Amino acid sequence: MHRFANPARFLRIANAALPWLAGVCALSIAAGLWFALVDSPPDYQQGDSVRIMYLHVPAAWMGMFCYTAMAAFSAMALIWKHPLADLLARATAPVGAAFTLLCLVTGSLWGKPMWGTWWAWDARLTSMLILFFLYLGYMALSNAFDDPTRGYRAAAILALVGFVNVPVIKFSVDWWNTLHQPASVMRKGGPAIDPSMLLPLMLMALGFQTYYFVVLILRARAEIAGAKIHTIRMAEVHAAGRGE
Amino acid sequence: MTRKQRRLYFVVLGMLALGAAAALVLSAMSDSIVYFYSPTDLQTRHVSAGRRMRIGGLVEKGSVMKAGKTVTFRVTDLTATVPVTYTGILPDLFREGQGVVAEGKLDGNGFFHASEILAKHDEKYMPKEVADALKKSGQWQGGKGGASPPAAQEAPSP
Repeated sequence: MHRFANPARFLRIANAALPWLAGVCALSIAAGLWFALVDSPPDYQQGDSVRIMYLHVPAAWMGMFCYTAMAAFSAMALIWKHPLADLLARATAPVGAAFTLLCLVTGSLWGKPMWGTWWAWDARLTSMLILFFLYLGYMALSNAFDDPTRGYRAAAILALVGFVNVPVIKFSVDWWNTLHQPASVMRKGGPAIDPSMLLPLMLMALGFQTYYFVVLILRARAEIAGAKIHTIRMAEVHAAGRGE
Repeated sequence: MTRKQRRLYFVVLGMLALGAAAALVLSAMSDSIVYFYSPTDLQTRHVSAGRRMRIGGLVEKGSVMKAGKTVTFRVTDLTATVPVTYTGILPDLFREGQGVVAEGKLDGNGFFHASEILAKHDEKYMPKEVADALKKSGQWQGGKGGASPPAAQEAPSP
């Protein structure tokens, strides 16, 4: 793991992987959308509203995955002080926040016709909303200090503390009575989704997952380039100061 | 012990303590975190009449009776049942044998007067043909086409 903490080595591997990841992302989202919107059957209860699930469920998975990644990067940054870990954690936050918001919005759009309400304060929905606020808090806190490293430290601690929420989201439907249905895919006894509906779901999940890696690499590249520019500028200012 | 090791143990211990604290808080608050009570909860808790709350379970088969815009039905968790009356528009997924959540008040006679009805969906997704085929071959589980709250799953089916 420590071998990849070197930004130059990270960039070499990331740049090699980027076109492949982008290709898989584009293909699986294109195929996933085709199956999700055109070539999959309507549900026996929900009719065509079931198609919202193909966006909603992968978005929810990614909202939780991104937070887990952010917490893991933050732990590495706090323990081993890898600057790259800090950078990756910060690059993950907006992507995870976007996925979580997409999950909340699509869930609300599904809830109105199916449940009869846009929103319910049950444990699953509430913990997902808290996840969204944790992302916002993380982004605000990491930019709240004049000395950026202090902000990163505070935000990393927030990310770790907030990680407690992730298992709560996952198991909320098992621990308490909720309006939200229990897990359909990752549950005991195998998926409760028909294979014809599982295929578009898994394609979309693969597409979302690779999308995250693509955006992470692009954002990390921009951040590393920004840090280089900052160093060069500082050196120039220094040199100019000495020149007088 | 190096500083890195010390930080590692600090983070691990901190997360464990935090997880334990969160678990204790959440289990203590379980009663208020649940979105609805099951009919069995109502009996065991002796909920006072007139308190606003939500109950949930399956709509008992053959219990739905409509009179104009008013509908009466029984909510069951396969152990206990509660009669419910409601006036208004029902959600599309409201069906006999399907999960339901009703918000309202219990009156003195054990009748639940709902002011809002939400349909609960279960975790099963399948095309209509598959559902029909399952019903035909008799592999349809439990005859409950809809959601089952945790209480109903634990209850021995009659």
